[in-house]
Amino acid sequence: MIKLKKQWRYHAMLLPGIIFTFVFCYIPLYGVIIAFQKYNPGLGFRSPWVGLSNFKFIFSQPNFVRTIWNTFYISVFKIIGGIIVSVVFALLLNEISSNKTKRIFQTFVYIPNFLSWVIVAGIMIDILARDGIVNQALGVLGIAPISFLSNSTIFPWTMIITDIWKGFGFGTVVYLAALTGIDPVLYESAMIDGAQRWKQIRYITLLLLMPTIILMLVLSLGNVFNAGFDQIYNLYSPIVYETGDIIDTYVYRLGIEQAQYSVGATVGLFKSVVSFVLIAGSNFLANRFAGYRIF
Amino acid sequence: MLNYKSWGRTVFNIFNHIILLATCLLCVLPFVNLLAISFSSSTAVAAGSVVFWPKDFTLASYEFTLSDGKFIRAMMISIGRVVIGVSLNLILIILTAYPLSKTKQQLAGRSIYVIFFVITMLIGGGLIPTYLLVSGLGLKNTIWSLVLPGALPVGNMVIFMNFIRSLPEEIEEAAVIDGATPMQVLMKVLLPVLKPAIATVGLFCIVNHWNDWFSGMIYMTSTDKYPLQTYLQSMLLSIEQMMQQVRQSGGDMQSVLTQINARTGRAAQLFLGAIPVMLIYPYLQKYFTKGLILGSIKG
Repeated sequence: MIKLKKQWRYHAMLLPGIIFTFVFCYIPLYGVIIAFQKYNPGLGFRSPWVGLSNFKFIFSQPNFVRTIWNTFYISVFKIIGGIIVSVVFALLLNEISSNKTKRIFQTFVYIPNFLSWVIVAGIMIDILARDGIVNQALGVLGIAPISFLSNSTIFPWTMIITDIWKGFGFGTVVYLAALTGIDPVLYESAMIDGAQRWKQIRYITLLLLMPTIILMLVLSLGNVFNAGFDQIYNLYSPIVYETGDIIDTYVYRLGIEQAQYSVGATVGLFKSVVSFVLIAGSNFLANRFAGYRIF
Repeated sequence: MLNYKSWGRTVFNIFNHIILLATCLLCVLPFVNLLAISFSSSTAVAAGSVVFWPKDFTLASYEFTLSDGKFIRAMMISIGRVVIGVSLNLILIILTAYPLSKTKQQLAGRSIYVIFFVITMLIGGGLIPTYLLVSGLGLKNTIWSLVLPGALPVGNMVIFMNFIRSLPEEIEEAAVIDGATPMQVLMKVLLPVLKPAIATVGLFCIVNHWNDWFSGMIYMTSTDKYPLQTYLQSMLLSIEQMMQQVRQSGGDMQSVLTQINARTGRAAQLFLGAIPVMLIYPYLQKYFTKGLILGSIKG
Protein backbone atom coordinates (compact mmCIF):
# COMPACT_ATOMS: atom_id res chain seq x y z
CA MET A 1 0.00 0.00 0.00
CA ILE A 2 2.79 2.38 0.94
CA LYS A 3 4.43 1.44 -2.33
CA LEU A 4 1.33 2.33 -4.32
CA LYS A 5 0.98 5.63 -2.52
CA LYS A 6 4.51 6.51 -3.47
CA GLN A 7 4.17 5.28 -7.01
CA TRP A 8 0.72 6.39 -8.05
CA ARG A 9 2.09 9.25 -10.11
CA TYR A 10 3.97 6.80 -12.33
CA HIS A 11 0.83 4.76 -12.86
CA ALA A 12 -1.13 7.91 -13.61
CA MET A 13 1.41 8.86 -16.29
CA LEU A 14 0.86 5.53 -17.98
CA LEU A 15 -2.89 6.03 -18.11
CA PRO A 16 -3.21 8.01 -21.38
CA GLY A 17 -1.01 5.53 -23.23
CA ILE A 18 -3.03 2.64 -21.82
CA ILE A 19 -6.32 4.19 -22.88
CA PHE A 20 -5.13 4.82 -26.44
CA THR A 21 -3.63 1.36 -26.74
CA PHE A 22 -6.74 -0.25 -25.31
CA VAL A 23 -9.12 1.58 -27.62
CA PHE A 24 -7.15 1.37 -30.87
CA CYS A 25 -5.36 -1.97 -30.43
CA TYR A 26 -7.35 -4.11 -28.03
CA ILE A 27 -10.87 -3.28 -29.18
CA PRO A 28 -10.00 -4.15 -32.83
CA LEU A 29 -8.42 -7.32 -31.47
CA TYR A 30 -11.78 -8.13 -29.90
CA GLY A 31 -13.37 -7.08 -33.18
CA VAL A 32 -11.91 -10.10 -34.97
CA ILE A 33 -14.94 -11.97 -33.64
CA ILE A 34 -16.79 -10.67 -36.68
CA ALA A 35 -14.85 -13.33 -38.59
CA PHE A 36 -17.27 -15.77 -36.90
CA GLN A 37 -20.30 -13.57 -37.51
CA LYS A 38 -22.34 -12.30 -40.37
CA TYR A 39 -21.53 -8.65 -39.85
CA ASN A 40 -24.39 -6.24 -39.81
CA PRO A 41 -23.46 -2.56 -39.52
CA GLY A 42 -26.50 -1.90 -37.35
CA LEU A 43 -25.54 -4.54 -34.80
CA GLY A 44 -21.76 -4.03 -34.92
CA PHE A 45 -19.78 -6.61 -32.95
CA ARG A 46 -23.07 -8.17 -31.73
CA SER A 47 -23.98 -9.49 -35.17
CA PRO A 48 -25.37 -13.06 -35.51
CA TRP A 49 -22.88 -15.92 -35.15
CA VAL A 50 -22.23 -18.11 -38.17
CA GLY A 51 -19.47 -20.38 -36.87
CA LEU A 52 -16.76 -21.24 -39.31
CA SER A 53 -18.75 -20.63 -42.46
CA ASN A 54 -16.68 -17.54 -43.35
CA PHE A 55 -13.55 -19.67 -43.19
CA LYS A 56 -15.14 -22.36 -45.35
CA PHE A 57 -16.12 -19.65 -47.79
CA ILE A 58 -12.68 -18.08 -48.17
CA PHE A 59 -10.91 -21.40 -48.59
CA SER A 60 -13.38 -22.34 -51.31
CA GLN A 61 -12.34 -19.21 -53.22
CA PRO A 62 -9.59 -20.04 -55.71
CA ASN A 63 -8.62 -16.36 -55.74
CA PHE A 64 -7.85 -16.46 -52.03
CA VAL A 65 -5.74 -19.59 -52.20
CA ARG A 66 -3.85 -17.95 -55.04
CA THR A 67 -3.06 -14.90 -52.91
CA ILE A 68 -1.46 -17.06 -50.20
CA TRP A 69 0.96 -18.53 -52.70
CA ASN A 70 1.69 -15.12 -54.30
CA THR A 71 2.30 -13.55 -50.90
CA PHE A 72 4.64 -16.32 -49.89
CA TYR A 73 6.54 -16.32 -53.18
CA ILE A 74 7.05 -12.56 -53.34
CA SER A 75 8.06 -12.10 -49.72
CA VAL A 76 10.47 -15.05 -49.55
CA PHE A 77 12.45 -13.73 -52.50
CA LYS A 78 12.31 -10.21 -51.10
CA ILE A 79 13.77 -11.43 -47.81
CA ILE A 80 16.51 -13.59 -49.31
CA GLY A 81 17.44 -11.11 -52.03
CA GLY A 82 17.40 -8.23 -49.55
CA ILE A 83 19.80 -9.99 -47.22
CA ILE A 84 22.21 -10.98 -49.99
CA VAL A 85 22.33 -7.51 -51.53
CA SER A 86 22.80 -5.69 -48.23
CA VAL A 87 25.46 -8.10 -46.96
CA VAL A 88 27.44 -7.88 -50.19
CA PHE A 89 27.12 -4.11 -50.25
CA ALA A 90 28.17 -3.84 -46.60
CA LEU A 91 31.19 -6.10 -47.25
CA LEU A 92 32.29 -4.00 -50.21
CA LEU A 93 31.73 -0.83 -48.25
CA ASN A 94 33.75 -2.22 -45.37
CA GLU A 95 36.78 -2.60 -47.63
CA ILE A 96 36.91 1.14 -48.16
CA SER A 97 39.44 2.72 -45.85
CA SER A 98 38.25 6.32 -45.99
CA ASN A 99 35.40 6.90 -43.56
CA LYS A 100 34.24 9.92 -45.49
CA THR A 101 33.83 8.00 -48.75
CA LYS A 102 32.06 5.27 -46.83
CA ARG A 103 29.57 7.73 -45.42
CA ILE A 104 28.88 9.32 -48.80
CA PHE A 105 28.13 5.95 -50.40
CA GLN A 106 25.91 5.03 -47.47
CA THR A 107 23.99 8.29 -47.74
CA PHE A 108 23.05 7.61 -51.34
CA VAL A 109 21.79 4.06 -51.02
CA TYR A 110 19.74 5.05 -48.02
CA ILE A 111 17.58 7.76 -49.61
CA PRO A 112 14.81 5.61 -51.18
CA ASN A 113 14.20 4.01 -47.81
CA PHE A 114 12.59 7.12 -46.35
CA LEU A 115 10.30 8.03 -49.21
CA SER A 116 6.75 6.75 -49.26
CA TRP A 117 5.77 3.97 -51.63
CA VAL A 118 3.40 6.39 -53.33
CA ILE A 119 6.31 8.51 -54.47
CA VAL A 120 8.54 5.56 -55.30
CA ALA A 121 5.68 3.85 -57.15
CA GLY A 122 5.11 7.04 -59.14
CA ILE A 123 8.75 7.02 -60.14
CA MET A 124 8.62 3.30 -60.98
CA ILE A 125 5.53 3.73 -63.15
CA ASP A 126 7.42 6.37 -65.08
CA ILE A 127 10.81 4.73 -65.48
CA LEU A 128 9.43 1.23 -66.08
CA ALA A 129 6.94 2.34 -68.73
CA ARG A 130 7.43 1.14 -72.30
CA ASP A 131 9.01 4.48 -73.17
CA GLY A 132 10.63 4.98 -69.76
CA ILE A 133 14.38 5.22 -69.21
CA VAL A 134 14.82 1.59 -68.20
CA ASN A 135 13.43 0.33 -71.48
CA GLN A 136 15.37 3.02 -73.31
CA ALA A 137 18.56 1.75 -71.69
CA LEU A 138 17.66 -1.83 -72.56
CA GLY A 139 17.01 -0.69 -76.12
CA VAL A 140 20.57 0.60 -76.35
CA LEU A 141 21.71 -2.90 -75.39
CA GLY A 142 19.49 -4.33 -78.10
CA ILE A 143 16.87 -5.80 -75.75
CA ALA A 144 13.20 -5.51 -76.72
CA PRO A 145 11.01 -3.42 -74.36
CA ILE A 146 9.77 -5.31 -71.29
CA SER A 147 6.31 -4.80 -69.74
CA PHE A 148 7.53 -4.74 -66.16
CA LEU A 149 4.18 -3.93 -64.63
CA SER A 150 1.69 -5.57 -66.94
CA ASN A 151 3.22 -8.95 -67.69
CA SER A 152 2.11 -11.40 -65.04
CA THR A 153 5.27 -13.51 -65.26
CA ILE A 154 7.54 -10.53 -64.76
CA PHE A 155 5.41 -8.56 -62.29
CA PRO A 156 6.41 -10.46 -59.10
CA TRP A 157 10.07 -9.99 -59.98
CA THR A 158 9.53 -6.30 -60.59
CA MET A 159 8.10 -6.16 -57.07
CA ILE A 160 10.97 -8.15 -55.60
CA ILE A 161 13.69 -6.11 -57.28
CA THR A 162 12.17 -2.68 -56.67
CA ASP A 163 11.57 -3.58 -53.03
CA ILE A 164 15.18 -4.64 -52.58
CA TRP A 165 16.23 -1.46 -54.35
CA LYS A 166 14.22 0.64 -51.92
CA GLY A 167 15.17 -1.19 -48.75
CA PHE A 168 18.70 -2.57 -48.92
CA GLY A 169 20.22 0.63 -47.52
CA PHE A 170 18.65 -0.21 -44.17
CA GLY A 171 20.21 -3.69 -44.06
CA THR A 172 23.53 -2.24 -45.10
CA VAL A 173 23.56 0.04 -42.06
CA VAL A 174 22.84 -2.89 -39.76
CA TYR A 175 25.53 -5.14 -41.26
CA LEU A 176 28.06 -2.34 -41.42
CA ALA A 177 27.52 -1.69 -37.72
CA ALA A 178 28.20 -5.37 -37.06
CA LEU A 179 31.31 -5.30 -39.27
CA THR A 180 32.75 -2.27 -37.49
CA GLY A 181 32.46 -4.24 -34.27
CA ILE A 182 34.88 -6.92 -35.45
CA ASP A 183 38.18 -6.75 -33.58
CA PRO A 184 41.01 -5.75 -36.02
CA VAL A 185 43.41 -7.94 -34.02
CA LEU A 186 41.74 -10.97 -35.61
CA TYR A 187 42.74 -9.79 -39.08
CA GLU A 188 46.26 -8.98 -37.95
CA SER A 189 46.86 -12.42 -36.53
CA ALA A 190 45.28 -14.02 -39.61
CA MET A 191 47.66 -12.04 -41.78
CA ILE A 192 50.64 -13.10 -39.70
CA ASP A 193 49.46 -16.68 -40.20
CA GLY A 194 49.57 -15.94 -43.93
CA ALA A 195 45.83 -15.89 -44.64
CA GLN A 196 44.97 -14.20 -47.93
CA ARG A 197 42.38 -11.48 -48.17
CA TRP A 198 39.67 -13.79 -49.49
CA LYS A 199 40.31 -16.33 -46.73
CA GLN A 200 40.10 -13.55 -44.16
CA ILE A 201 36.72 -12.52 -45.48
CA ARG A 202 35.51 -16.08 -45.54
CA TYR A 203 36.79 -17.26 -42.18
CA ILE A 204 36.64 -14.09 -40.12
CA THR A 205 34.28 -11.53 -41.58
CA LEU A 206 31.51 -13.82 -42.77
CA LEU A 207 31.79 -16.08 -39.77
CA LEU A 208 31.42 -13.19 -37.34
CA LEU A 209 28.67 -11.65 -39.42
CA MET A 210 26.66 -14.88 -39.38
CA PRO A 211 24.82 -14.24 -36.08
CA THR A 212 23.59 -10.88 -37.42
CA ILE A 213 22.56 -12.45 -40.73
CA ILE A 214 20.69 -15.25 -38.97
CA LEU A 215 19.08 -12.75 -36.67
CA MET A 216 17.85 -10.58 -39.54
CA LEU A 217 16.64 -13.64 -41.42
CA VAL A 218 14.76 -15.01 -38.46
CA LEU A 219 13.24 -11.64 -37.60
CA SER A 220 11.94 -11.27 -41.13
CA LEU A 221 10.27 -14.68 -40.98
CA GLY A 222 7.47 -13.05 -39.02
CA ASN A 223 6.91 -10.85 -42.05
CA VAL A 224 6.49 -13.63 -44.58
CA PHE A 225 2.81 -12.82 -44.89
CA ASN A 226 3.47 -9.13 -45.40
CA ALA A 227 4.50 -9.02 -49.01
CA GLY A 228 4.24 -5.23 -49.12
CA PHE A 229 0.76 -3.77 -49.48
CA ASP A 230 1.93 -0.19 -50.05
CA GLN A 231 4.10 -1.22 -52.94
CA ILE A 232 1.85 -3.72 -54.67
CA TYR A 233 -1.37 -1.75 -54.30
CA ASN A 234 0.24 1.20 -56.07
CA LEU A 235 1.77 -0.82 -58.88
CA TYR A 236 -0.57 -3.69 -59.68
CA SER A 237 -3.58 -3.88 -61.97
CA PRO A 238 -6.19 -6.57 -62.71
CA ILE A 239 -4.05 -8.03 -65.51
CA VAL A 240 -1.41 -9.14 -63.00
CA TYR A 241 -3.76 -10.33 -60.20
CA GLU A 242 -2.90 -13.90 -61.11
CA THR A 243 0.65 -13.57 -59.83
CA GLY A 244 0.62 -10.21 -58.08
CA ASP A 245 -2.47 -10.21 -55.86
CA ILE A 246 -1.41 -10.70 -52.23
CA ILE A 247 -3.39 -11.34 -49.05
CA ASP A 248 -3.40 -7.69 -47.98
CA THR A 249 -4.58 -6.34 -51.33
CA TYR A 250 -7.24 -9.06 -51.40
CA VAL A 251 -8.48 -8.11 -47.91
CA TYR A 252 -8.58 -4.47 -48.95
CA ARG A 253 -10.64 -5.08 -52.08
CA LEU A 254 -12.97 -7.49 -50.36
CA GLY A 255 -13.33 -5.78 -47.00
CA ILE A 256 -13.17 -2.08 -47.79
CA GLU A 257 -14.04 -1.69 -51.47
CA GLN A 258 -16.80 -4.31 -51.51
CA ALA A 259 -17.72 -3.80 -47.82
CA GLN A 260 -17.76 -7.55 -47.10
CA TYR A 261 -16.55 -6.89 -43.59
CA SER A 262 -16.85 -10.39 -42.17
CA VAL A 263 -15.10 -12.07 -45.06
CA GLY A 264 -12.36 -9.44 -45.04
CA ALA A 265 -11.88 -9.86 -41.30
CA THR A 266 -11.71 -13.64 -41.73
CA VAL A 267 -8.87 -13.39 -44.20
CA GLY A 268 -7.21 -10.85 -41.90
CA LEU A 269 -7.56 -13.15 -38.90
CA PHE A 270 -6.13 -16.09 -40.82
CA LYS A 271 -3.15 -13.95 -41.74
CA SER A 272 -2.64 -12.66 -38.17
CA VAL A 273 -2.71 -16.16 -36.69
CA VAL A 274 -0.17 -17.52 -39.17
CA SER A 275 2.02 -14.43 -38.72
CA PHE A 276 1.85 -14.76 -34.96
CA VAL A 277 2.92 -18.40 -35.12
CA LEU A 278 5.78 -17.37 -37.42
CA ILE A 279 6.85 -14.54 -35.11
CA ALA A 280 6.74 -16.76 -32.04
CA GLY A 281 8.58 -19.50 -33.90
CA SER A 282 11.21 -17.15 -35.26
CA ASN A 283 11.73 -15.62 -31.84
CA PHE A 284 12.36 -19.12 -30.55
CA LEU A 285 14.77 -19.81 -33.41
CA ALA A 286 16.55 -16.47 -32.94
CA ASN A 287 17.05 -17.30 -29.31
CA ARG A 288 18.22 -20.81 -30.10
CA PHE A 289 20.66 -20.02 -32.90
CA ALA A 290 21.68 -16.42 -32.39
CA GLY A 291 21.16 -16.09 -28.66
CA TYR A 292 18.90 -13.11 -29.24
CA ARG A 293 15.76 -12.59 -27.23
CA ILE A 294 13.26 -10.05 -28.42
CA PHE A 295 10.99 -10.45 -25.45
CA MET B 1 44.71 -3.46 -39.58
CA LEU B 2 48.10 -3.90 -41.21
CA ASN B 3 48.53 -1.89 -44.30
CA TYR B 4 49.93 -3.81 -47.19
CA LYS B 5 49.53 -2.59 -50.69
CA SER B 6 49.82 -5.13 -53.42
CA TRP B 7 49.00 -4.95 -57.07
CA GLY B 8 45.93 -7.17 -56.58
CA ARG B 9 44.73 -4.95 -53.79
CA THR B 10 44.91 -1.85 -55.96
CA VAL B 11 42.95 -3.52 -58.74
CA PHE B 12 40.35 -4.64 -56.23
CA ASN B 13 40.09 -1.14 -54.79
CA ILE B 14 39.42 0.34 -58.20
CA PHE B 15 36.77 -2.23 -59.05
CA ASN B 16 35.23 -1.93 -55.61
CA HIS B 17 34.86 1.83 -56.00
CA ILE B 18 33.33 1.35 -59.44
CA ILE B 19 30.78 -1.18 -58.18
CA LEU B 20 29.83 0.94 -55.18
CA LEU B 21 29.56 4.05 -57.31
CA ALA B 22 27.37 2.21 -59.82
CA THR B 23 25.07 0.99 -57.04
CA CYS B 24 24.77 4.48 -55.62
CA LEU B 25 23.95 5.86 -59.06
CA LEU B 26 21.32 3.17 -59.43
CA CYS B 27 19.71 4.45 -56.24
CA VAL B 28 19.84 8.13 -57.14
CA LEU B 29 19.39 8.28 -60.91
CA PRO B 30 15.64 7.51 -60.88
CA PHE B 31 15.18 10.63 -58.78
CA VAL B 32 17.39 12.66 -61.08
CA ASN B 33 15.32 11.44 -64.01
CA LEU B 34 12.13 12.46 -62.21
CA LEU B 35 13.53 15.91 -61.53
CA ALA B 36 14.66 16.32 -65.15
CA ILE B 37 11.22 15.33 -66.43
CA SER B 38 9.48 17.76 -64.10
CA PHE B 39 11.51 20.66 -65.51
CA SER B 40 11.11 19.67 -69.17
CA SER B 41 8.47 20.46 -71.72
CA SER B 42 5.93 17.83 -72.66
CA THR B 43 7.20 17.60 -76.25
CA ALA B 44 10.75 16.82 -75.13
CA VAL B 45 9.50 14.21 -72.66
CA ALA B 46 7.17 12.59 -75.18
CA ALA B 47 10.03 12.39 -77.67
CA GLY B 48 11.97 10.41 -75.07
CA SER B 49 14.92 12.77 -75.11
CA VAL B 50 14.93 13.67 -71.41
CA VAL B 51 17.32 11.52 -69.41
CA PHE B 52 19.14 13.19 -66.54
CA TRP B 53 19.03 16.80 -67.62
CA PRO B 54 15.92 18.91 -68.40
CA LYS B 55 15.21 19.71 -72.03
CA ASP B 56 13.33 22.87 -73.10
CA PHE B 57 13.59 23.98 -69.49
CA THR B 58 10.21 25.15 -68.18
CA LEU B 59 8.50 25.65 -64.83
CA ALA B 60 5.09 24.96 -66.35
CA SER B 61 4.59 21.67 -64.48
CA TYR B 62 5.25 23.38 -61.16
CA GLU B 63 3.07 26.31 -62.09
CA PHE B 64 0.27 23.88 -62.87
CA THR B 65 0.75 21.82 -59.69
CA LEU B 66 0.94 24.82 -57.39
CA SER B 67 -2.14 26.38 -58.95
CA ASP B 68 -4.08 23.19 -58.24
CA GLY B 69 -6.19 24.13 -55.22
CA LYS B 70 -6.59 20.50 -54.18
CA PHE B 71 -2.84 19.95 -54.12
CA ILE B 72 -2.30 22.95 -51.86
CA ARG B 73 -5.19 21.96 -49.60
CA ALA B 74 -3.85 18.40 -49.34
CA MET B 75 -0.45 19.78 -48.42
CA MET B 76 -2.01 21.93 -45.70
CA ILE B 77 -3.88 18.90 -44.35
CA SER B 78 -0.64 16.94 -44.28
CA ILE B 79 1.16 19.73 -42.44
CA GLY B 80 -1.68 19.99 -39.93
CA ARG B 81 -1.67 16.27 -39.50
CA VAL B 82 2.08 16.16 -38.91
CA VAL B 83 1.85 18.94 -36.30
CA ILE B 84 -1.07 17.40 -34.39
CA GLY B 85 -0.02 13.79 -34.91
CA VAL B 86 3.61 14.20 -33.94
CA SER B 87 2.80 16.29 -30.85
CA LEU B 88 0.39 13.60 -29.74
CA ASN B 89 2.95 10.89 -30.52
CA LEU B 90 5.65 12.64 -28.50
CA ILE B 91 3.44 13.38 -25.50
CA LEU B 92 2.29 9.77 -25.29
CA ILE B 93 5.75 8.34 -25.97
CA ILE B 94 7.35 10.45 -23.23
CA LEU B 95 4.60 9.88 -20.69
CA THR B 96 4.66 6.12 -21.27
CA ALA B 97 8.39 5.59 -21.67
CA TYR B 98 9.39 7.41 -18.49
CA PRO B 99 7.54 5.20 -15.96
CA LEU B 100 8.47 2.09 -17.95
CA SER B 101 12.15 3.04 -17.75
CA LYS B 102 11.92 2.45 -13.99
CA THR B 103 12.86 -0.85 -12.39
CA LYS B 104 10.39 -3.43 -11.11
CA GLN B 105 10.91 -2.13 -7.59
CA GLN B 106 10.23 1.46 -8.56
CA LEU B 107 7.14 0.62 -10.60
CA ALA B 108 4.96 -2.22 -9.36
CA GLY B 109 3.62 -4.30 -12.22
CA ARG B 110 6.15 -3.01 -14.73
CA SER B 111 6.38 -6.28 -16.61
CA ILE B 112 2.60 -6.45 -16.98
CA TYR B 113 2.60 -2.97 -18.48
CA VAL B 114 5.44 -3.89 -20.83
CA ILE B 115 3.58 -6.99 -22.03
CA PHE B 116 0.40 -4.94 -22.46
CA PHE B 117 2.18 -2.55 -24.82
CA VAL B 118 4.59 -4.87 -26.61
CA ILE B 119 1.93 -7.44 -27.44
CA THR B 120 0.30 -4.90 -29.75
CA MET B 121 3.42 -5.06 -31.92
CA LEU B 122 2.82 -8.78 -32.42
CA ILE B 123 -0.89 -9.15 -32.85
CA GLY B 124 -3.56 -6.76 -33.96
CA GLY B 125 -7.12 -6.88 -35.11
CA GLY B 126 -6.11 -6.19 -38.66
CA LEU B 127 -7.49 -3.79 -41.19
CA ILE B 128 -11.23 -4.49 -41.08
CA PRO B 129 -11.92 -4.37 -37.31
CA THR B 130 -9.78 -1.23 -37.00
CA TYR B 131 -11.64 0.37 -39.87
CA LEU B 132 -15.00 -0.52 -38.32
CA LEU B 133 -13.92 0.87 -34.96
CA VAL B 134 -12.72 4.17 -36.40
CA SER B 135 -15.92 4.50 -38.41
CA GLY B 136 -18.01 3.50 -35.40
CA LEU B 137 -16.40 6.22 -33.29
CA GLY B 138 -17.49 8.71 -35.92
CA LEU B 139 -13.93 9.69 -36.77
CA LYS B 140 -14.31 9.20 -40.50
CA ASN B 141 -13.72 12.35 -42.53
CA THR B 142 -12.01 14.04 -39.60
CA ILE B 143 -8.30 14.57 -39.06
CA TRP B 144 -8.61 12.44 -35.90
CA SER B 145 -8.92 9.30 -37.98
CA LEU B 146 -5.39 10.02 -39.19
CA VAL B 147 -3.78 10.75 -35.84
CA LEU B 148 -5.62 8.83 -33.11
CA PRO B 149 -5.27 5.18 -34.22
CA GLY B 150 -1.46 5.28 -34.18
CA ALA B 151 -1.15 7.83 -31.39
CA LEU B 152 1.26 5.71 -29.35
CA PRO B 153 3.84 4.10 -31.65
CA VAL B 154 5.11 1.32 -29.42
CA GLY B 155 8.36 0.69 -31.31
CA ASN B 156 9.39 4.33 -30.95
CA MET B 157 8.32 4.27 -27.31
CA VAL B 158 10.69 1.34 -26.68
CA ILE B 159 13.54 3.23 -28.36
CA PHE B 160 12.80 6.26 -26.17
CA MET B 161 12.63 4.12 -23.06
CA ASN B 162 16.06 2.71 -23.85
CA PHE B 163 17.38 6.25 -24.26
CA ILE B 164 16.18 7.08 -20.76
CA ARG B 165 17.66 3.87 -19.40
CA SER B 166 21.03 4.73 -20.88
CA LEU B 167 21.22 7.85 -18.68
CA PRO B 168 23.02 7.58 -15.33
CA GLU B 169 20.55 7.20 -12.50
CA GLU B 170 22.21 9.91 -10.39
CA ILE B 171 20.73 12.49 -12.74
CA GLU B 172 17.36 12.22 -11.04
CA GLU B 173 18.59 11.77 -7.50
CA ALA B 174 19.18 15.37 -6.49
CA ALA B 175 15.74 16.43 -7.69
CA VAL B 176 14.07 13.48 -5.96
CA ILE B 177 15.78 14.37 -2.67
CA ASP B 178 14.49 17.93 -3.05
CA GLY B 179 11.03 16.43 -3.15
CA ALA B 180 10.24 16.85 -6.84
CA THR B 181 7.34 14.81 -8.20
CA PRO B 182 7.97 12.39 -11.10
CA MET B 183 6.36 14.89 -13.47
CA GLN B 184 8.71 17.65 -12.32
CA VAL B 185 11.71 15.36 -12.63
CA LEU B 186 10.63 14.44 -16.14
CA MET B 187 9.99 17.99 -17.28
CA LYS B 188 12.83 19.83 -15.59
CA VAL B 189 15.64 17.29 -15.33
CA LEU B 190 15.14 14.63 -17.97
CA LEU B 191 13.66 16.38 -20.99
CA PRO B 192 16.56 18.81 -21.36
CA VAL B 193 19.08 15.94 -21.52
CA LEU B 194 16.77 13.88 -23.70
CA LYS B 195 16.70 16.40 -26.55
CA PRO B 196 18.60 14.11 -28.97
CA ALA B 197 16.20 11.27 -28.13
CA ILE B 198 13.19 13.50 -28.73
CA ALA B 199 14.72 14.56 -32.04
CA THR B 200 15.26 10.93 -33.04
CA VAL B 201 11.77 9.61 -32.35
CA GLY B 202 10.25 12.92 -33.46
CA LEU B 203 11.87 12.57 -36.88
CA PHE B 204 10.60 9.01 -37.22
CA CYS B 205 7.10 10.16 -36.33
CA ILE B 206 7.26 13.06 -38.80
CA VAL B 207 8.27 10.70 -41.62
CA ASN B 208 5.58 8.19 -40.71
CA HIS B 209 2.83 10.79 -40.66
CA TRP B 210 4.02 12.51 -43.79
CA ASN B 211 4.40 9.26 -45.74
CA ASP B 212 1.15 7.63 -44.68
CA TRP B 213 -1.35 7.59 -47.51
CA PHE B 214 -3.44 4.58 -46.62
CA SER B 215 -5.47 5.95 -43.69
CA GLY B 216 -6.36 8.97 -45.80
CA MET B 217 -7.63 6.68 -48.53
CA ILE B 218 -9.85 4.55 -46.30
CA TYR B 219 -11.10 7.13 -43.81
CA MET B 220 -11.75 10.12 -46.08
CA THR B 221 -14.70 9.81 -48.41
CA SER B 222 -14.03 13.04 -50.26
CA THR B 223 -10.81 13.93 -52.07
CA ASP B 224 -11.07 17.41 -50.52
CA LYS B 225 -10.02 15.88 -47.21
CA TYR B 226 -7.10 13.83 -48.49
CA PRO B 227 -3.66 14.40 -47.01
CA LEU B 228 -0.97 15.00 -49.62
CA GLN B 229 0.30 11.43 -50.03
CA THR B 230 -3.23 10.14 -50.51
CA TYR B 231 -3.87 12.86 -53.04
CA LEU B 232 -0.66 11.96 -54.87
CA GLN B 233 -1.73 8.32 -54.79
CA SER B 234 -5.07 9.15 -56.39
CA MET B 235 -3.25 11.23 -58.99
CA LEU B 236 -0.97 8.36 -60.05
CA LEU B 237 -3.80 7.11 -62.21
CA SER B 238 -6.03 10.10 -62.70
CA ILE B 239 -3.77 13.05 -63.47
CA GLU B 240 -4.63 12.71 -67.15
CA GLN B 241 -8.35 13.22 -66.42
CA MET B 242 -7.61 16.08 -64.09
CA MET B 243 -5.63 17.87 -66.79
CA GLN B 244 -8.43 17.22 -69.23
CA GLN B 245 -10.92 18.85 -66.89
CA VAL B 246 -8.75 21.90 -66.45
CA ARG B 247 -8.35 22.12 -70.20
CA GLN B 248 -12.09 22.03 -70.78
CA SER B 249 -12.93 24.46 -68.04
CA GLY B 250 -11.02 27.20 -69.88
CA GLY B 251 -9.37 29.64 -67.48
CA ASP B 252 -5.89 31.07 -67.47
CA MET B 253 -4.00 27.77 -67.34
CA GLN B 254 -4.28 27.10 -71.08
CA SER B 255 -0.84 28.34 -72.08
CA VAL B 256 0.72 26.32 -69.24
CA LEU B 257 -1.20 23.21 -70.28
CA THR B 258 0.31 23.21 -73.75
CA GLN B 259 3.76 22.74 -72.24
CA ILE B 260 2.97 19.86 -69.89
CA ASN B 261 1.60 16.34 -69.98
CA ALA B 262 0.71 13.65 -67.44
CA ARG B 263 4.34 12.63 -67.00
CA THR B 264 5.78 16.08 -66.38
CA GLY B 265 2.87 17.03 -64.14
CA ARG B 266 3.15 13.89 -62.07
CA ALA B 267 6.92 14.30 -61.78
CA ALA B 268 6.43 17.79 -60.35
CA GLN B 269 3.78 16.57 -57.91
CA LEU B 270 5.93 13.68 -56.70
CA PHE B 271 9.00 15.83 -56.33
CA LEU B 272 7.11 18.42 -54.27
CA GLY B 273 5.70 15.59 -52.15
CA ALA B 274 9.20 14.27 -51.48
CA ILE B 275 10.79 17.61 -50.53
CA PRO B 276 10.00 17.55 -46.79
CA VAL B 277 11.55 14.11 -46.32
CA MET B 278 14.55 15.12 -48.43
CA LEU B 279 15.02 18.18 -46.23
CA ILE B 280 15.12 16.25 -42.98
CA TYR B 281 17.02 13.35 -44.54
CA PRO B 282 20.47 14.45 -43.31
CA TYR B 283 19.19 14.54 -39.73
CA LEU B 284 17.30 11.29 -40.18
CA GLN B 285 20.42 9.55 -41.32
CA LYS B 286 22.39 10.91 -38.41
CA TYR B 287 19.90 9.79 -35.82
CA PHE B 288 18.67 6.63 -37.44
CA THR B 289 21.71 4.48 -36.69
CA LYS B 290 21.70 5.75 -33.13
CA GLY B 291 18.05 4.84 -32.71
CA LEU B 292 18.66 1.47 -34.29
CA ILE B 293 21.39 0.64 -31.81
CA LEU B 294 19.46 1.88 -28.80
CA GLY B 295 16.29 0.20 -29.94
CA SER B 296 18.04 -3.13 -30.02
CA ILE B 297 19.12 -2.94 -26.39
CA LYS B 298 16.75 -5.11 -24.45
CA GLY B 299 14.19 -3.25 -22.37
